[in-house]
Amino acid sequence: MRQLTNIFWLAGKELKSVLGDPVMVILILWSFVVAVLLEASGAGDTVYNAAIAILDEDSSALTRQLSDALGPPWFQPPVMITPDQVTPEMDAGQIMFVLSFPPGFEADVIAGLMPAAQLEVDATAVSQAQLGTDYIANILVSETRAFLSGSPDAPEAALRLELRRAFNPNGNPVWFKAVSSLLNQLSLLTIALTGAAMLCEREQGTIEHLMVMPLTPFEIALSKVLANVVVVLAAFTLSLLFVVQQVLQVPVAGSVPLLLAGTAIYLAAAAAIGMFLGTMARSMAQFALLVIMVIIPIIMLSGGMGAIESQPDIVQRLTTILPSRHFLAFAKAVVFRGAGLGSVWFELSLMAALGSGFFVASLALFRRSMSLSG
Amino acid sequence: MNAADSPIPLAARLDGISHDYGKVQALRDVTLNLPAGQMIGLIGPDGVGKSTLMGLIAGAKRLQTGHVETLGGDMTSAGHRADVGRRIAFMPQGLGRNLYHDLSLQENLDFFGKLFALGKVDRASRISRLTRATGLASFMDRPAGKLSGGMKQKLGLCAALIHDPDFLLLDEPTTGVDPLSRRQFWDLIDTIRADRPYMSVLVSTAYMEEAARFGHLVAMDAGQILAEGSPADLMERTGTVTVEAAYVALLGASTSHEVLRPKPVPGTDTDIEAEPGPPAIRAKNLTKRFDDFTAVDAVSFEIARGEIFGFLGSNGCGKTTTMKMLTGLTPATEGEAWIFGKPVDAQNLDARRRVGFMSQSFSLYGELTVRENLLLHARLFHLGSDLTTKRMAELVPRFGLEPYLDQGAASLPLGVRQRLSLAVAVIHAPDILILDEPTSGVDPQARDAFWDMLLELAHRDGVTIFISTHFMDEGMRCDRISLMHAGKVLVSDAPKVLIAKRGVETLEDAFIAYMIDAEPPEAPVDEGLLTAGRGQKHAKPASRFSLQRLLAFTAREAMQVRRDPVRLVFSFIGSALLLLIMSFGISQEVRNIPFAAFDLDRSPESRAYLSGFEDSNWFFQRAPIADSEALKSRMESGELALAIQIPPGFGKAVRRGEHPEIAGLIDGSDTNRAGTIESYVKSAHAHLLSTGAQSALALADLVTPSAPDAPPPTQLIPRFHYNPAMESLPAIGPSIPPLLLLLFPAILMAVSVAREKEIGTITNFYVTPTSRAEFLIGKQLVYIGITLLNFVILTALVVTVLGVPLKGDPAALVLGALLYAVAATGYGLVVSMMTRTQVTAVFAAAILSVMPTLQFSGMITPVSSLEGAARIMGTFWPTTWYMGISVGTFTKGLGIFELSGHLLRLAAFGPGLTLLAVLALRKQEK
Repeated sequence: MRQLTNIFWLAGKELKSVLGDPVMVILILWSFVVAVLLEASGAGDTVYNAAIAILDEDSSALTRQLSDALGPPWFQPPVMITPDQVTPEMDAGQIMFVLSFPPGFEADVIAGLMPAAQLEVDATAVSQAQLGTDYIANILVSETRAFLSGSPDAPEAALRLELRRAFNPNGNPVWFKAVSSLLNQLSLLTIALTGAAMLCEREQGTIEHLMVMPLTPFEIALSKVLANVVVVLAAFTLSLLFVVQQVLQVPVAGSVPLLLAGTAIYLAAAAAIGMFLGTMARSMAQFALLVIMVIIPIIMLSGGMGAIESQPDIVQRLTTILPSRHFLAFAKAVVFRGAGLGSVWFELSLMAALGSGFFVASLALFRRSMSLSG
Repeated sequence: MNAADSPIPLAARLDGISHDYGKVQALRDVTLNLPAGQMIGLIGPDGVGKSTLMGLIAGAKRLQTGHVETLGGDMTSAGHRADVGRRIAFMPQGLGRNLYHDLSLQENLDFFGKLFALGKVDRASRISRLTRATGLASFMDRPAGKLSGGMKQKLGLCAALIHDPDFLLLDEPTTGVDPLSRRQFWDLIDTIRADRPYMSVLVSTAYMEEAARFGHLVAMDAGQILAEGSPADLMERTGTVTVEAAYVALLGASTSHEVLRPKPVPGTDTDIEAEPGPPAIRAKNLTKRFDDFTAVDAVSFEIARGEIFGFLGSNGCGKTTTMKMLTGLTPATEGEAWIFGKPVDAQNLDARRRVGFMSQSFSLYGELTVRENLLLHARLFHLGSDLTTKRMAELVPRFGLEPYLDQGAASLPLGVRQRLSLAVAVIHAPDILILDEPTSGVDPQARDAFWDMLLELAHRDGVTIFISTHFMDEGMRCDRISLMHAGKVLVSDAPKVLIAKRGVETLEDAFIAYMIDAEPPEAPVDEGLLTAGRGQKHAKPASRFSLQRLLAFTAREAMQVRRDPVRLVFSFIGSALLLLIMSFGISQEVRNIPFAAFDLDRSPESRAYLSGFEDSNWFFQRAPIADSEALKSRMESGELALAIQIPPGFGKAVRRGEHPEIAGLIDGSDTNRAGTIESYVKSAHAHLLSTGAQSALALADLVTPSAPDAPPPTQLIPRFHYNPAMESLPAIGPSIPPLLLLLFPAILMAVSVAREKEIGTITNFYVTPTSRAEFLIGKQLVYIGITLLNFVILTALVVTVLGVPLKGDPAALVLGALLYAVAATGYGLVVSMMTRTQVTAVFAAAILSVMPTLQFSGMITPVSSLEGAARIMGTFWPTTWYMGISVGTFTKGLGIFELSGHLLRLAAFGPGLTLLAVLALRKQEK
């Protein structure tokens, strides 16, 4: 009880100091409004809006029809180029695909000679290159068939495969981007805020003041975690309701309270990481470098920028200790798949366990950090 | 007062100066003439506007209202400031505040010499002269941070005198310095003045007894001039015998209810010995060592209950560390301490309830109001609402806090803040009060009031008070004192006894006598040494830009970085580690897609079809799905990314030559991944139907004869350029360094500038002829160098560990890296212009650079695929162009010519950003 009230009053003080700094408030707003909007709206599917050019040496009705068929959302409207432009444009990274039709392409198709179109692919981005090639091949075949027979369908296959996408039937890339962007903002802000609050108190000497009062490091640390969780959770909730649901029109399939509860657990874990870094670093500069070293793997290896199961085993094992990986799995399940507590309890308990681990570790470092700053 | 057209030459002329910091008015309509060639003392407590006034005269602060002329020129003119900068020397308040604590004495002085364009020989001779004169010559290699307070001030003085200034401004140069050093300091100033009579000196001080030395005094209060004149003049006018009394009298009778003369100190031997029980505090051989440095050396003492015990000594003599050991804040290296007979135990919360502590730095929460600060502490001590109300009602009037209750603590005058700190420290009615220099910077009047409160607490409430101070008159008010110097207690006794023992007049004399006993004094000033520089006037015209000054900043920054190798190691090892984790971790291929079959047919045909998926590397088979409930829940939980449903009667239909439909359900939540899975499923399906598929022979045999696939009418022949094997590493490896080479330099750069602002060394930029470009570019060069070194490390790793050959022109890559380093550090500079503290610098640099770099620079999504605002961000982000260069040279094998477009665009960022920062930097403080 005594501990609870101590934590309550200390957390109240933390809240006031975070919200009292206009720069911090502006940065929080920037992260949860502008950055989320920018990131989500600039989102691309693996192949989305790819730059394609056409080198048409046939200039026939068929090649024009084929050119017109390559378009949004996968490709940008194709540009026509000349042979000598191909290499410089590709070297400069302006164009990813160059489709070239040889002279007499249409005539050969009509004659049933199976002419070949060349596709130059910039393979520096592997998956875009691979998928884009598949898409172009499909479009080419079906459009040519339509040209020949008036119907794009192949003669009926022996076995038909009907593919459906669950949870996001139209494959709108904004949905997933919005969620993974929110995760990035959550992690970055919470870790940096909590850790900096800790270091700041140490640098200004106010921590000594707290340490001579009848307060335990546990209470001091937990109050900081709680206060920052409250601030970021509030920003997250507003961003979810207004930016993600209203502006970006992303539907939330599952229960919003469950999502918020899970987010709170994640934030506590992230704050514990921040606290851990804050007690480890000896100066702001060191803290900054530590944050970068932690935040980049969190953003890149948690599943938002590439599926977890594609990671090499050793990296997969390493990323298990990132609470963000479990949070993204949880958030995806709740937001898109409408999962209930029954399906996500494991992720929740993993996050809680990892958060507690980091918290305990930072408590262990707490005293040591005190004597260092003295 | 002098008229404006006075014939006396003036060092500075101020007319109608007002200055405010937000709501706080620091100066109100000050008009003042400072005669040249004199020693002028600015007296008054902290917060009356002394520092602001000096900052304005020196040109360190930007003028808000009024007119300031220093050495005959208008200080609003940047040209005059630059000219006069080489004739002024300004030593800001705070021990060694403008010194670089991680640099040695020699390096510090060398740097200051370079700022004033002194040649190497000239510099060496002046440094040796000044350091011999000040007795610092034997400590040339010691870092400034490890000097004692007195030595720091002497070093500061050397730094100020290195360019033979005509006008020396010293802001509280002796605050916190031990009495012996203080005396030596003033002797030194006298000697210098004797040699250089034309030099004007403006000194501010809070020690009123020192003010008697000055020729001309300006007494200030609340942003206004109370009076000016010679000390004798002022004393005569007020009918007093000391400057302190004269000052108090000048303040007027209006506030005199707070002015209470020190009460007679009760005898030390009567009431204290009568107290029962163990002593309140006992320390035995307390010792604290930090590495090779002994901060506290075997200190022992005993404090009786209800006693006021003082620790008297300079800054850095070990007072604070001793107090921290007593409160359990820092463990003792050796020795023991007891509070009320119980050993000090950091874990014992109950013991902490009996102690009130007030630390040296103001440790209340500036963002909370006075009331909130008091309430927060009452709550943390669990006083309960009744007791809290009672204590508040008692303490608020007693400490005179009523007018300030709802004011933010950060905006309070220092004296009020200290009263609030004391109120907070006693809110829970502790038995022991430990006060670490509670009165430094507080005006004499407020100090008197503060001491009255202490005396009352001790003698009425029986609180034991352990206080540290560097004021001798405060020492006199203690029951007993320990004189401390360099970590050792010289002697402990009642102050009067100490004076009597040494047979001197004052406590200060007694202290000095004990210090000389403990440590032989430094060599006396050789008067001839200081004169040698005389007559060397500054003939050189003021140049706006000096490469030497710029390089002085570079050399200094480089030295500082070398002194903190942790930062460097962090950024090198950190970026190397990140490179490896990222390159191996981000795989753009999707494999091991978890899938399960929902086979409603269970015929040989359905098994044959499914085996095609089971055998593939792309898919990872999980237990088959039992029913549609399981399908739903397993997809929901994310266990499955793909479910293949075979309808009932599939086998029969196939055998009958019909075209049954197989349904595939893909988890669409991650759209990128869903797209990839979709294409994999399609090709697996197509592969199964083709005759060559080994695993699906049974199926193919059944299916193919009945419905041969028509050949496609066209073919597509793809040629994969740059990375024909479609490997992940050549694609991702070269795109990681651009990310790291932006983040690390930007943050290091931003923190480096913010640190100067926070610590106060930026004053050297304000008050010397340094231009904005010299300051920023000088610092930037170091971080450009670090970035290039990091570039070499990362490139080596990409080639050797990742095995990605550099196919293109190395010169293009190196040139790109150089341009990029300028851009990245330039960006750090711009960020640092927006922030004042290191915290916000870190925060802003991280938040404002991580996202655009990861999302909009083509690392994952090619920039050519971005649209709208994201595309614009990508275009105006330097990483985009360097990414093109890095990938272009490594993977595409391009040369300088092919990359010239990228190089040219990248080249624009660095100078542009740096210029932006230069324009945003203010040459003066607000």
